[in-house]
Amino acid sequence: MKKLILQRLLQLIPMVIGMSFVSFIIIQSAPGDYFAQMKLNPEISPQTIEEMRTSFGLDRPIIVQYFYWLKNLCRLDFGVSFAYHMPVKNLIKFRLKNTLCLAIFSLFLSWLIAVPLAVISGYKQGTFFDRVFSILAYISISLPSFFVALLFVYFVSKTGVLPLGGTRSIFNTDVSSFAVFLDYLKHLLVPGLVLSFVSVGSLFRLMKNNFIESFNTPFVLAAWARGLPASKVIFKHALRNALNPMFTILGMEIGTLLNGAALTEIICGWPGMGSLILEAVLSQDLYLVMGSLVISGMLLIIGNLIGDILIAYFDPRIRIA
Amino acid sequence: MNRFFKRLKTHSKAAYFSFWFLLIFYFLSFFADILAPYHFDSQFRNKAYHPPTKIHFRDKQGRFHLRPFVYDTRIEDPVFKTYVEDHSKKYFIKLLVEGDERRILFFFKTKKYLFGVDKPANIFLFGTDNYGRDIFSRLLYGGRISLSISLIGVLISFTFGIITGGIAGYFGGIVDKILMRLVEIMMVFPSFYLMLSLRAMFPLNLSSLQVYLLIVLILSLIGWAGLSRIVRGMVLAIKEEDYVMAAKSIGLSHWRIMFHHIFPNTFSYTITALTISIPGYIIGEAALSLLGLGIQEPYPSWGNILSSTIGNLRVIGDAPWLLIAGAFIFIVLINFNLLGDALRNVLDPKNW
Repeated sequence: MKKLILQRLLQLIPMVIGMSFVSFIIIQSAPGDYFAQMKLNPEISPQTIEEMRTSFGLDRPIIVQYFYWLKNLCRLDFGVSFAYHMPVKNLIKFRLKNTLCLAIFSLFLSWLIAVPLAVISGYKQGTFFDRVFSILAYISISLPSFFVALLFVYFVSKTGVLPLGGTRSIFNTDVSSFAVFLDYLKHLLVPGLVLSFVSVGSLFRLMKNNFIESFNTPFVLAAWARGLPASKVIFKHALRNALNPMFTILGMEIGTLLNGAALTEIICGWPGMGSLILEAVLSQDLYLVMGSLVISGMLLIIGNLIGDILIAYFDPRIRIA
Repeated sequence: MNRFFKRLKTHSKAAYFSFWFLLIFYFLSFFADILAPYHFDSQFRNKAYHPPTKIHFRDKQGRFHLRPFVYDTRIEDPVFKTYVEDHSKKYFIKLLVEGDERRILFFFKTKKYLFGVDKPANIFLFGTDNYGRDIFSRLLYGGRISLSISLIGVLISFTFGIITGGIAGYFGGIVDKILMRLVEIMMVFPSFYLMLSLRAMFPLNLSSLQVYLLIVLILSLIGWAGLSRIVRGMVLAIKEEDYVMAAKSIGLSHWRIMFHHIFPNTFSYTITALTISIPGYIIGEAALSLLGLGIQEPYPSWGNILSSTIGNLRVIGDAPWLLIAGAFIFIVLINFNLLGDALRNVLDPKNW
């Protein structure tokens, strides 16, 4: 197990370097740089700019610049956002927490809904129940996240049952940590529900297929033959094996979740990474764009890593191979 | 081809229906110039946020008319944009009405549209937006942009993906290593973030044509990697087949073997993958335009019709018919998914 984790970590290194290099190239080829904006500011003298250029290493060849940048990256220094006048790191830290909360919330919720439904659907294949949920899953897969978000926003703005936008109420005077947490959760509910709604369909389908596959294996037949009760056959034998491939999905799902989360955040007004990178692109805040891109890539890599480790943990066949 | 349709029909009625439905959808937006009652940029400033026009069969006296008609409307409350019908005169819906000249596909000129009503009444099937432009017409015109971007984007990235995947799989060795590392790196980024970052490489204000090409470029740049990897895997397997060995021993060139013997065998897979991945391109275009980074006004696309609703609760609350654009996207996506799923089974040689 330790060996496997170590191996995976080593494999990550070229990946991270490649990713950072691509991010660097993308931003380098963008028009203008950080100082182009500064030059317009009359309060900053040309000499200061020259000095800053050398301190950032911008007078060196591009490949050297990349290593300078990479060195800063290792210290989590992404440069300074000129739109916010503060280090990119601080901006991202705040937004990242929100995005992670949103992603984890909807991950839990969608698994909580999808897995039981898929098991029932797979067990009672072809029944009315199965059909209804398969159609619903189809609808969930085909609904674009932004459309669902807009529908939710419409619904919420008409009924006013849930708060919308931001992470806390303005009029909330109760500052005890529990009240703040509850308030946060309330605000999380709209984007969280949207995101769960969109991702539940594909999870359901995958899980159902896995379950049917594992339900038709000889060892499940053997379990029936031994006269085990249905609950034991389903939960102990079929379900456990059907869940294994889902952990691979977990890693991949982080990516789709981040994509869906980005648009959902923007529409629901949830201050996360997605809305951050949009603001950055709109104000041509290059360092912020680059920081968000790198962080999103890192999230995906870490997600895949966790998926790999989980599946190795639960599935001894992979650990040994 | 006929056999294919039969198989599709017997396999899944829903997918067969989806196929024709999508074809009709493409047809509708292709001929938007004739079908749309208004030009995408004709504005009725005094009818902003007009709700969908009510189509009547029964007039105020209770008489029934076989021919549907509408009433003219006037604004009642300019702040909250409520409209009242003027029952004094009926305007029957006419087929093949005359109007301003439009060009069909840049070549033919036409003055006749499929349907409309006499001035000053208007027929807004899906209501209007903030400039008083007919949403229905804009959806038809917008479909032309959204659907064509997805088609072109998918074709470009598939060509690129098949070629790179084919080369990597066929030649192997160092070429394979380099290409696959590149693919892995492309797939490390969540596509939304990559899309926005790539968009940041270019100035925000570009001409419509430039933006169109840019979106195609960005979407195909994001899309090729996944396919490339799968094609490589398939080519690796096909390469070992006897007939490839035979082709090699006859002394055919690499290109001939690749294009005549290997690629055709991946087609059943790639056509399915193509169908399944079009939704991603439609969503990508819609997302960019929705955020104001894609197709710019006055040109419509399914994304930018929605864009005025973002972050503006009042607009969503007052003019929910703007969300119909989202429903259009949803309908197209669900049909593509249905078709793709059926194609996967129909085209799979194992099921023959």
